[in-house]
Amino acid sequence: MDVRVQEAPFDFGVEAATFASGCASSGAVVTFTGIVRDVADGLKAMEIEHYPGMTEAALSQIASEAKERWSLEKALIIHRHGRLAPGEMIMMVAAAAPHRKDAFEAAEFLMDFLKSRAPFWKREITRDGATWVGAKDADEEALRRW
Amino acid sequence: MDVLYFAWVRERIGIPRERVDTNAATVMDLVEELRAREERYAAAFADLSALRVAVDQTLTEFDAPISGSREIAFFPPMTGG
Repeated sequence: MDVRVQEAPFDFGVEAATFASGCASSGAVVTFTGIVRDVADGLKAMEIEHYPGMTEAALSQIASEAKERWSLEKALIIHRHGRLAPGEMIMMVAAAAPHRKDAFEAAEFLMDFLKSRAPFWKREITRDGATWVGAKDADEEALRRW
Repeated sequence: MDVLYFAWVRERIGIPRERVDTNAATVMDLVEELRAREERYAAAFADLSALRVAVDQTLTEFDAPISGSREIAFFPPMTGG
């Protein structure tokens, strides 16, 4: 399980290739990347605050749970914090399993849980000011299916 | 113990963390103590359904015991991903 919380950008291509190249017993690697989307019409930046210490613990816990529930060979979570511009990559997850169903499901599980169980808070900066992004009911509901 | 605030809770209270000497038995007892302090605390803790709490960096409920805990954190629902 590899969990990284960082302010610096990451190279998705390098991370995905490195992750996939070390998976001799896995026939399937699924990756997901989240990108800062200009939803607010004139989004200048997205600021991500987090809770140092708890963030790493929560992500490790989520990754361990995924590993218990699916036959994962390994998993990767990278999540950035700080100030990000539209188009920048916020985070990525990767899951490696013998077969694709497990890899897809585990990647979705990681995403669903880190959205509302890892201590990150997003704030959108537009020309009108700054607004904290509210949690969506749908995000909470997404956890129930697991 | 250390009490931490994040996101709009931090903004409303005006500080990211503080040392609190308390005999509160549960998170809720601590919330009541903080509410009684000043208007900015009362405002931040007005609607507990809009808040989450972690005790020693583990997400928990407002009725959780806190005696012996080192760190209590209050924050809005998380928005990662």
